[in-house]
Amino acid sequence: MSNAPVDKGRRRFLTVATSVVGGAGAVGVAVPFIASWNPSAKARIAGAPVEVKIDKVEPGQLIRAEWRGQPVWIVRRTQTMLDSLSQTDNRVRDPQSNVPQQPEYARNQHRSIRPEWFIAVGLCTHLGCSPQYLTRDFAVTEGIEAGFFCPCHGSRFDIAGRVFQGVPAPTNLMVPPHYFVGDDTIVVGEEEGAV
Amino acid sequence: MSRIIDWIDQRIPMSNTLKLHVTQYPAPKNFNFWYLMGSLALIVLVNQIVTGIWLTMSYNPSAEGAFASIEYIMRDVEYGWLLRYMHSTGASFFFIVVYLHMFRGLMYGSYQKPRELLWIFGMLIFLVLMAEAFMGYMLPWGQMSFWGAQVIISLFGAIPYVGDALTTWIRGDYVISGATLNRFFALHVIALPLVIVILVFLHLIALHEVGSNNPEGVDIKKPKGSVKEEDKAPFEFHERYTKKYDIVDAIPFHPYYTVKDLVGLAVFLIFFALVIFYAPTMGGHFLEPPNFEAADPMRTPEHIAPVWYFTPFYAILAAVPNAVLGVVMMFAAIVALFLVPWLDRSTVRSIRYRSNIHKANLANLVISFVILGFVGALPPTEFWTVVGRIFTFTYFAFFALLFVYSKNEKTKPLPERVTK
Repeated sequence: MSNAPVDKGRRRFLTVATSVVGGAGAVGVAVPFIASWNPSAKARIAGAPVEVKIDKVEPGQLIRAEWRGQPVWIVRRTQTMLDSLSQTDNRVRDPQSNVPQQPEYARNQHRSIRPEWFIAVGLCTHLGCSPQYLTRDFAVTEGIEAGFFCPCHGSRFDIAGRVFQGVPAPTNLMVPPHYFVGDDTIVVGEEEGAV
Repeated sequence: MSRIIDWIDQRIPMSNTLKLHVTQYPAPKNFNFWYLMGSLALIVLVNQIVTGIWLTMSYNPSAEGAFASIEYIMRDVEYGWLLRYMHSTGASFFFIVVYLHMFRGLMYGSYQKPRELLWIFGMLIFLVLMAEAFMGYMLPWGQMSFWGAQVIISLFGAIPYVGDALTTWIRGDYVISGATLNRFFALHVIALPLVIVILVFLHLIALHEVGSNNPEGVDIKKPKGSVKEEDKAPFEFHERYTKKYDIVDAIPFHPYYTVKDLVGLAVFLIFFALVIFYAPTMGGHFLEPPNFEAADPMRTPEHIAPVWYFTPFYAILAAVPNAVLGVVMMFAAIVALFLVPWLDRSTVRSIRYRSNIHKANLANLVISFVILGFVGALPPTEFWTVVGRIFTFTYFAFFALLFVYSKNEKTKPLPERVTK
């Protein structure tokens, strides 16, 4: 043992330096533990687009497809339903679809490419329940018969998936990227012309 | 025998610890019914751990196999139905005793100085217990498991900017999937139980450090030398307690309260067994009907509501017509409870000596909480949403009012002693 006086500054520096290096090591070790919670490679590639045949859908009918594990609705709207959109314009939060909940080509009153066909991810933008499709007695106001009602917290959407005022859901229903192949097929999950 | 004990005591403080925390721990002699809940909660915890371990032996934590393995447990595993119902009923009873335990604390001011940290540990147990119960409810992979998890995880999506990334990280997928189920299984069977056990340990250590409160809210530890010899409690207590204080009106935890708790346990087990054997689903409140259907990611059940012990907080969430604010209010409802030791500025603990305003306010909390519990279980019609809003307001009003009137509250004079 040497009897040299204690160099406090040096001791302090060494304490701080080892703590910092040790702390950096701890952060480094935390990375794999946190990152392993991210979607795995398998989950990431499961988001492939899906093709849906629509030639047998009746007017007013809703069919469901599965894309990325989520329900996707395809609704063939009647003229009455489309007419009701003008009535709901002033009762919905975002009538112009300013919030980017849809591709640019669906940013219109009917929120779709062709007015007759409405395609949306069937999950409420509040907390992710799947709303019900009601075709009569939607009970928002006189003359509007059809819309979507979320059973979990009572959010309501019109037949273009636009959210009504005064309900918990903050935004319109999500319209996924999609395009038509001829008149009888829709591809969901991909833009037209994408590879 | 005594040589064996000596041998052990020289190596680990076994006898001393037993005396300190059990046979020579001074507990106030006036404990009533409400003081059973703590030890009952401990016993339910043991029940959950033991039945839980047995259930994992037959359960399959995968999206493909989970639902079928529950049916396998119910139908093919010997006494599997009993183990499962003990576990599922235990979950609900856990919350019953914990809610009564918390109410006891509010009633007798058991959170007041110097028991703030004891209260905080208790609230942390409550919080982790809710996470534990939520994740456990997902494991059967029924319709309620799936959509309940969908809703609760989506709550985190309300956080600005990072919300979406956070929910994806929690789920391990873009939707609830087998990846989510697997990690919730891991958290439910090992991570959170471990945290709960550690917190329970800290809760008990904190309790024994500051000593138990009692229905009178009057200290049983008096300043050293202030009590005449004949007034001291006629028992031998650990010197850890007697060195600093003169102890009055106390009895050793064992055998007095162990025996009392056993009587309470016997009554508790009668109710517990009645539910297990005659009403394991409790009319759809302990186990909800849609959960007897396998999870279907394409279709939400007609009416979804959480299990009864979450409904008061869920009603607050649904009452607020704004996604972010609703989540904030729901968590605030729990945070407010954490803050009670500082919101209550009165120095009188027990409701027995507090003002009528305080009694009315505490009644208001109980009524609000119970009604919110009912509202949260009902479908979200306009009428019930309004009711939910009113009682969300009165729930929070409890805390605001408490802070206001407790400063200069008119209390009754406190007795010197618990009983004379």
